[in-house]
Amino acid sequence: MLNYDIVIVGGGPAGLAAAVSAKRNGIESILVLERDKELGGILNQCIHNGFGLHTFKEELTGPEYAGRFIQQLEEEKIEYKLNTMVMDISENKVVTAMNREEGMFEIQAKAVILAMGCRERSRGALNIPGYRPAGVYSAGTAQRLVNMEGYMPGREVVILGSGDIGLIMARRMTLEGAKVKVVAELLPYSGGLKRNIVQCLDDFGIPLKLSHTVVDIDGKERVEGVTIAQVDENRRPIPGTEEHYTCDTLLLSCGLIPENEISSGLGVEMNPVTSGPVVNECLETNIEGVFACGNVLHVHDLVDFVSEEAKAAGKHAAEYIANGAKHIDSKAKDVPIIATEGARYTVPKTINPERMDEKHIVRFRVGDVYKNCYVSVYLNDKRVIHRKRPVVAPGEMEEVVLKKEELAAFPDLSQITVKIEEA
Amino acid sequence: MYDVVIIGAGVSGAASARELSRYKLKVCVVEKEEDVCCGTSKANSAIVHAGYDAATGSLMAKLNVEGNQMMEELSKELDFHFKKNGSLVVCLHEEEMPGLKELYDRGIANGVKDLRIIDREELVKLEPNIADEAVAALYAPTGGIVCPFGMNIAFAENAATNGVEFKFDTEVTGFEKKDNAWIVKTSQGDIETKYVVNAAGVYADKFHNMVSEDKIHITPRRGDYCLLDRSTEGFVTHTIFQLPSKFGKGVLVTPTVHGNTLVGPTAIDIEEKEGTNTTQEGIDELIKKAGTTVKGLPIRQVITSFAGLRAHEDGHEFRIGELKDAKGFIDCAGIESPGLTSAPAIGKMVAEILKELTGAEENPDFVATRKGILDPKTLSNEERAELIKEKPAYGNIICRCEMITEGEIIDAINRPLGAKSLDGVKRRTRAGMGRCQSGFCSPRTIEILARERGVDPAEITKSGGNSRIIVGINKDRI
Repeated sequence: MLNYDIVIVGGGPAGLAAAVSAKRNGIESILVLERDKELGGILNQCIHNGFGLHTFKEELTGPEYAGRFIQQLEEEKIEYKLNTMVMDISENKVVTAMNREEGMFEIQAKAVILAMGCRERSRGALNIPGYRPAGVYSAGTAQRLVNMEGYMPGREVVILGSGDIGLIMARRMTLEGAKVKVVAELLPYSGGLKRNIVQCLDDFGIPLKLSHTVVDIDGKERVEGVTIAQVDENRRPIPGTEEHYTCDTLLLSCGLIPENEISSGLGVEMNPVTSGPVVNECLETNIEGVFACGNVLHVHDLVDFVSEEAKAAGKHAAEYIANGAKHIDSKAKDVPIIATEGARYTVPKTINPERMDEKHIVRFRVGDVYKNCYVSVYLNDKRVIHRKRPVVAPGEMEEVVLKKEELAAFPDLSQITVKIEEA
Repeated sequence: MYDVVIIGAGVSGAASARELSRYKLKVCVVEKEEDVCCGTSKANSAIVHAGYDAATGSLMAKLNVEGNQMMEELSKELDFHFKKNGSLVVCLHEEEMPGLKELYDRGIANGVKDLRIIDREELVKLEPNIADEAVAALYAPTGGIVCPFGMNIAFAENAATNGVEFKFDTEVTGFEKKDNAWIVKTSQGDIETKYVVNAAGVYADKFHNMVSEDKIHITPRRGDYCLLDRSTEGFVTHTIFQLPSKFGKGVLVTPTVHGNTLVGPTAIDIEEKEGTNTTQEGIDELIKKAGTTVKGLPIRQVITSFAGLRAHEDGHEFRIGELKDAKGFIDCAGIESPGLTSAPAIGKMVAEILKELTGAEENPDFVATRKGILDPKTLSNEERAELIKEKPAYGNIICRCEMITEGEIIDAINRPLGAKSLDGVKRRTRAGMGRCQSGFCSPRTIEILARERGVDPAEITKSGGNSRIIVGINKDRI
């Protein structure tokens, strides 16, 4: 059996940043396990720019952004294995993995960082009726085919869902010579970033139909057309609003789901809202020494925030290895963070005022679009943050900063509440 | 000249082919699709029925009970997944108890073993998630579940190994009678044969009516299903039916042999024999009904929905036998539920009919066993390590949801009647059948298929015909 201080599951942006951070915080024995043939994860197929504005103060493409971290990893001489699938992690942190060269092998880790990323919601999970021909792809699958393999998955395209990958693919497919006819979005607002709607749809004259969904798929062998219809406030199609589009391709960009099958097998407690682990402010799960970061924890909009979160996870994992006992002692004073009234969840879900850094960013998403509202934070019953926001939307992650000194002023702090308040 | 041409490589046709390969006969299976198991056989409840449903004395009842009794041994002989998980017909209203008793009596009359009616207390012990309204159930320990693709493919592979020919992408268009032979007209030319077996599923009436004046009619009866993620494994462990009554027929909730939960089917009579499209109404009805017999069904864990067509013959009976007004033409028609269960017995019956007619001798070289695709998950870690050392492709996971290796996919492509398409790989290995529904693995499976078959990736289809995944290369139309 191999032995490492920290085993990191996943060599995408989260795993890379966590590894570099753990190393820089004094851990020598680190192993990154990546299932694909190269490091960088999904960034490798994100060849558009817009990455790194926060982290590097410049606009990079996905592969460039990944490249920066891969370089850091190499400079830090951190070990990694490619084409290696983690099959299982036991509660005592024995990681079972497999690859072509070494077969099945086990690694005893002192700490584990989960950084497996997420997957796309499939047609099946969306329960779209109709035939099941070729030509229905999740946007990311199409992105891989076009950007990494140079193949056109279709000529005439309808996109369901205005998540960022769908928006990006509307532009990509257009540039490669396909005709993107329409983007339909079930919700009355887009789930993607505003800048992507402008740069990927508006600039190319691609219509975005909000409150619309696909109600039928034609074609027995290959898609021949789709029917979209307007939906009511309960997201049910309104009879009589059907419009038929002739097309050979339907791309789906209807949400991302953290890939936590390994975490669940390990006994990690999950938050049903995020489908990711419940973590404290160290990004540690309910299983001691098991940390999570990136899209496996909660789906992010920007990779910069993934890197930032992963950096914290790496640091905390390093601290855990350096002084595990003290780490456990302070756990008793974790204060729950309650997301309510418009706030759907927070990461972290608990915070320890004694153990926390001077400042801690709590990230969350709202459940609806709110205009001219306030993002508020209460310590017990006392409101300490009341920040005016012209608009908040589910597609853009929100944050509040908690300060150690503020929390320290509440010796009997029993809960922190994050909510949206009307003006 | 063939001795026997079988129309259809579904489970009835494949089972018949396999049983016929026991004899010294030249047999050919013609199939309009690119693979075996592409019609009714691939989209159904995957249930091995105990045999209490069909009318006593019917061929359906006889073959159901026989098929059920053959299934376990056959699953070992041909290496496909089968589990005798037991079935429960749940009675939700005290006033329906006579109906449950009637079903019990019919089961006994049909020869179903170990049947008994259990009270609520025992029912809750068997199925903790049973509906609060459930008052009692008919418990059939002989009920089971099977991998429908696995069984169909196993029959076909074994038949092929024993010398049966398969012609795919070959659509039958008509027949000509010539002396003591039939000329089967197909999209790929004429095929001469002494005997024809019509195992064409929802199309069996079409072929029957081409040669016989005694017309039959088959209605494609569509059933919508929802398949739930394997994370729901254990939600139910038995196959749960609702007792049909004036309150409705209900839908079944069952585990699959692979640990998913399956709910369905609806029953919608249609005309279109290719009408396997799901509809919003169908799915809505399903979701509404599925919660009747169980509580807290995790329907949000759905990973796919699909529809299958039952070949419902007007008389609701299997029609197996030589036609009186068309000598040498053997119907294997009206094979709807419990058709999958009955398949082993159907195959045997068809083979016996032809043995009588042809007087064929036994094939001394017949091999009764077939080894399925090796599933490395069934090996110990040490055995698995050994396997990977020998064949590194078994160390390369392609489908991360179902943990399917490149080794399994290569095996699926290169074995007899190997997979040619993504769906072919999926039905043989489960690659692409998991929660991401092939989002991650399809580009990699395309690559493997193209490499192993020595074709361009653009030629790889989802399911044959025009179902191409890739339509060109970037900027080729600019």
